[in-house]
Amino acid sequence: MIFGLHPLLLVTFLPLIGFFIILFLKAEQKNAIRWTALLTSLATFGVSLAMLALFDPARGDLQLVYRTSWLRVGGISIDFYLGVDGLSILLVMLTTFLTPIAILSTWSAVEERVKGFMAFFLLLETGMIGVFLALDLVLFYIFWEFTLVPMYFLIGVWGGERRVYAAVKFFLFTMFGSLLMLLAILVMGLQVGSFAWNDLLAQRQLFAQTQLWLFLAFALAFAIKVPMFPLHTWLPDAHVEAPTAGSVILAGVLLKMGGYGFLRFNLPLFPEASLQAAPYMAVLAVIGILYGAAVSLMQKDVKKLVAYSSVSHLGFVMLGIFALTQQGLAGGVLQMINHGLSTGALFLIVGMLYERRHTREMSAYGGIWKVMPILGALTLIVMLSSAGLPGLNGFVGEFTILLGAFGSQVLNSPYFAGAATIGVILAAVYLLVMFERVFLGPVRVEANLSLKDLNAREVITLVPLLVLIFWIGLYPAPFFNLINPSVERLVSLVQGAAMLAIH
Amino acid sequence: MNFETVLPLAPWVVFFPVLGILLNLLLGKRLGEKGIGIIASLAAGLSFGVAVLLALGLAGHPEGATYPFLRWLAVGDFVADWNFRVDTLSVTMMLVVAGVGSLIHIYSIGYMHADVRHNGEPGRFRRFFVFLNLFVAAMMILVSADNFLMLFVGWEGVGLCSYLLIGFWFEKGAGGIANAQAAKKAFVVNRIGDFGLLIAIFLIFYNFGSLDFETVFAQAPQVAAALPGVILAITLFMLLGVTGKSAQLPLYVWLPDAMAGPTPVSALIHAATMVTAGVYLVARSQALYQQVVLAQDVVMWVGAATAFFAATIAVGQYDIKKVLAYSTISQLGFMVTAVGMGAAVAGMFHLVTHAFFKALLFLGAGSVILGMEHGHEHAAAHGSHTEGHHSAFDPQDMRNMGGLREKMPLTFWVYLIGALALAGIAPLSGFFSKDEILADASLHHPAVYLVLTAAAFLTAFYVARQLAMVFFGKPRSEAAAGAAESPAVVTVPLVILAVLAAVGGLLNFPTTHWLEKWLEHSLYGVEPARFILSVALISLAVALTGLLIGWLVYGRKPLEDARQPDPLARPLNGLFLALEHKWWVDELYQAVVVKPYLRLAQFLAQPVDQGVIDGLVNGVGNLLRSTAQSWRRIQNGYVRSYALTILLGVVLVVTYLVLR
Repeated sequence: MIFGLHPLLLVTFLPLIGFFIILFLKAEQKNAIRWTALLTSLATFGVSLAMLALFDPARGDLQLVYRTSWLRVGGISIDFYLGVDGLSILLVMLTTFLTPIAILSTWSAVEERVKGFMAFFLLLETGMIGVFLALDLVLFYIFWEFTLVPMYFLIGVWGGERRVYAAVKFFLFTMFGSLLMLLAILVMGLQVGSFAWNDLLAQRQLFAQTQLWLFLAFALAFAIKVPMFPLHTWLPDAHVEAPTAGSVILAGVLLKMGGYGFLRFNLPLFPEASLQAAPYMAVLAVIGILYGAAVSLMQKDVKKLVAYSSVSHLGFVMLGIFALTQQGLAGGVLQMINHGLSTGALFLIVGMLYERRHTREMSAYGGIWKVMPILGALTLIVMLSSAGLPGLNGFVGEFTILLGAFGSQVLNSPYFAGAATIGVILAAVYLLVMFERVFLGPVRVEANLSLKDLNAREVITLVPLLVLIFWIGLYPAPFFNLINPSVERLVSLVQGAAMLAIH
Repeated sequence: MNFETVLPLAPWVVFFPVLGILLNLLLGKRLGEKGIGIIASLAAGLSFGVAVLLALGLAGHPEGATYPFLRWLAVGDFVADWNFRVDTLSVTMMLVVAGVGSLIHIYSIGYMHADVRHNGEPGRFRRFFVFLNLFVAAMMILVSADNFLMLFVGWEGVGLCSYLLIGFWFEKGAGGIANAQAAKKAFVVNRIGDFGLLIAIFLIFYNFGSLDFETVFAQAPQVAAALPGVILAITLFMLLGVTGKSAQLPLYVWLPDAMAGPTPVSALIHAATMVTAGVYLVARSQALYQQVVLAQDVVMWVGAATAFFAATIAVGQYDIKKVLAYSTISQLGFMVTAVGMGAAVAGMFHLVTHAFFKALLFLGAGSVILGMEHGHEHAAAHGSHTEGHHSAFDPQDMRNMGGLREKMPLTFWVYLIGALALAGIAPLSGFFSKDEILADASLHHPAVYLVLTAAAFLTAFYVARQLAMVFFGKPRSEAAAGAAESPAVVTVPLVILAVLAAVGGLLNFPTTHWLEKWLEHSLYGVEPARFILSVALISLAVALTGLLIGWLVYGRKPLEDARQPDPLARPLNGLFLALEHKWWVDELYQAVVVKPYLRLAQFLAQPVDQGVIDGLVNGVGNLLRSTAQSWRRIQNGYVRSYALTILLGVVLVVTYLVLR
């Protein structure tokens, strides 16, 4: 209990308090609004640290559970049911960590309608945390859909030129995906008589016969969110049009809701179907890795390049998940965090350049390291982390995933991991090309000669990310300690189902 | 020295350089160039001191030990620790890395002082030393690793430093971008090799259940008996990594371009230490390679072919550093051949002597370049310009040199020692180490022996060519005429290296075989090295003939002016053109690998992604829109209406549930 409140309730709904305060502020009080948003998100981060302190990493089950009856509909109870385990705790931390950073990055970038922006941002944070904590499927669905609305407005109102197209595309794409999921949730709930995750898990034989269809319904929603090839085309449009802070949260957190969904729902609730689908999912994941890397290389817009690189990186996550091994899954969870940090940082950097030059075309840059040495050095580190250089976070995740996939009994072939390892080469290609075009070479454009290097606020937004990039890269043990027990449970659950399926 | 007392010092081989980095990052700006240089050199020097202490400790405890440090990664049944392997092999590498490294740090204080001013960016002095210390740290992680994962961490770490230092002048080179492109090329080509190493690591883990050297090597015979194909796959994938890092066929193409880096970098990273990591890896993994003859043969032939092939290209180069770069590739070929044949001691011996004489040659070349730049600036200051375009002048082009023997006498003499050691002239170090490889080849692999002997001939020939073009004849440019000897901070390390290059042969002198007795404690299956008088005499004769012919072609009638074609260009005609153009391998790779990949990527990015995939998505959207014309009012594009619809849907569902 924190101030007499359950920590999970507090972490979920604290941003709403900031939201209401902002509603009462005048639109002209821009700085007051910004500070309210920043302080609220920092407080939320503080609460999430308290949650982390209360969390017992040795246990793999759900902890800090909060459950209360919420609605009763036709004899079926819909619960307000929250809990956290090793699969979700780092994602919650990532959300509360990235939100203040994203807010700080808007300080001078967003001047129009600050009030609405910050209000939506805090609303979004509540939605995202709710997604990672909700254990009642109806509640989960509500949070899931709820995140769409603020993000839709963040893109549609504060976005670039084609913002409306991008926002509608983003909205309809994800909306379309989740409709089938809602249907699947209702089917299961009606069969079991509960929407609570552990009730469904305990009685999954009731819907075991239809589990392949249920798996597919969930998978569609999650695969769009991840996004997996070939359902990814909403992502580059959304990223290019989204404001910087929106991109940071979109790439950093919203995409992870897809990967998390697979871990929390698809694998444990439909284990036989997961085993059956694993090779197909792995094929899509590997295609995504290679395809995303190739397409990324051809982009002229640096933001699009980073967007396609996400398709490639998330391919690694999906490969790890559907390797269904301890290493693959643990690596997949960690890689989601890694991607949030590195790609979040990359989007921040793109935003810093954009704020100065109002273009994202790489041809407008070149030689920036010379005029902005601090940004150059920081970008170098982030770029290398994204390229999976040992000593930085990306390597730890990728290596663990590839190792897990290489010997996976479910995939039963080293070729998945072998092909994915080629992605490590291709990642170096597009990232180094990006770095070369923007930061290396001589300064070609006169406007770049007078660029100012990062100010203190900008350095402060990047440094926390870099600290974690180094921490995970140099000493990943504490992070794996949080992840491992829950992943072990998940693996034994899926494998147990596999054994039953054989007998 | 008690081994138990020095063992806990092992992590400091890594942490002294790391400390140097942190100190220079924090204080460097205030300390100025001297302070930066001293801190960085001290960091490397202390690392060397630790290596010396470890070596002294090992003298009484030659079987070595592992110093446990940290549990780095543990997921499920996969565990990898960061431990420090202290045995005669790893400590030999540490001594070379930190020893040569320290000398090059000191040299760099002088070299970079001039270089940053020449390039108009004095502020980058500190950055250089930070990168150099980072390199020493990463290289130490590599050689002190006691499992394949930590080796890989160091392996990619040194690759990063190579990238950073090749692209140190990232706004320079042809078109202002050539240096940056060279850096990128090095990283990407090495990544191709690292792909192989990663796959090898995965295979090792799943077939041995561990990545620890001792566990893996101990099981090698059993696993080889049960699964010979697996060991073959492991060793060959590992070889791919070796060809990347140690610049062997077919992945050697990055190393010549890497000469874009400042010359001390070429000496330390791209000649003496990093590029030998592949040789070290095969030497370390002898237990695996000796299980499969086929793998050994492949390694051996890759090395021998590279040794010969690169030597031919060296004959046709004009850039003083490019000649040395191809020479390095060729000499690495000798080492790879040796470790491939199972003559790991000979390979390591050549690795050590090569580190001495090739570092010496590169640093000597750096001194020459400094002299040329000095002469060039001097001439420019006096306004007497006959070389044509100021910017087009290339201080590294040997055609612009000539007669430097008199302008830079000290540099000349030390360079001569290095060059003769490279050519394999007795009693300099290169003679003994190369001879040991040749002797072993002559006994077991006559064909390889012939190829290596031919390479040795070419080596002596291009050495003579270079000496003649750089130091003899008359100056062929005002820069060469105005060249001056470099300062002591540059020449003192040269003298020390010259001494080492001269007497390094004593390390494994035919009668004592110190190195062999030292390394046999950590190398798997050491075969006693043999000294075969006939082989030694033949190789000496071959080297002398090469030098003599080289002298006849280039030294007797030196080039008169910088635009005169190479004397070989006419008699060899098309062949020389091929050498000059490096057999067009870069062009071949461009056409076969790079362009097709770019075309494929373009095809995926435009017609596939934007056309087919996104087209389908938008098509579905349009289809829905056109078929639902009558529902237009509902589908009005306002999200608030959609939200309302969702709400409506939820209400309907709930109503159904309630009334059911």
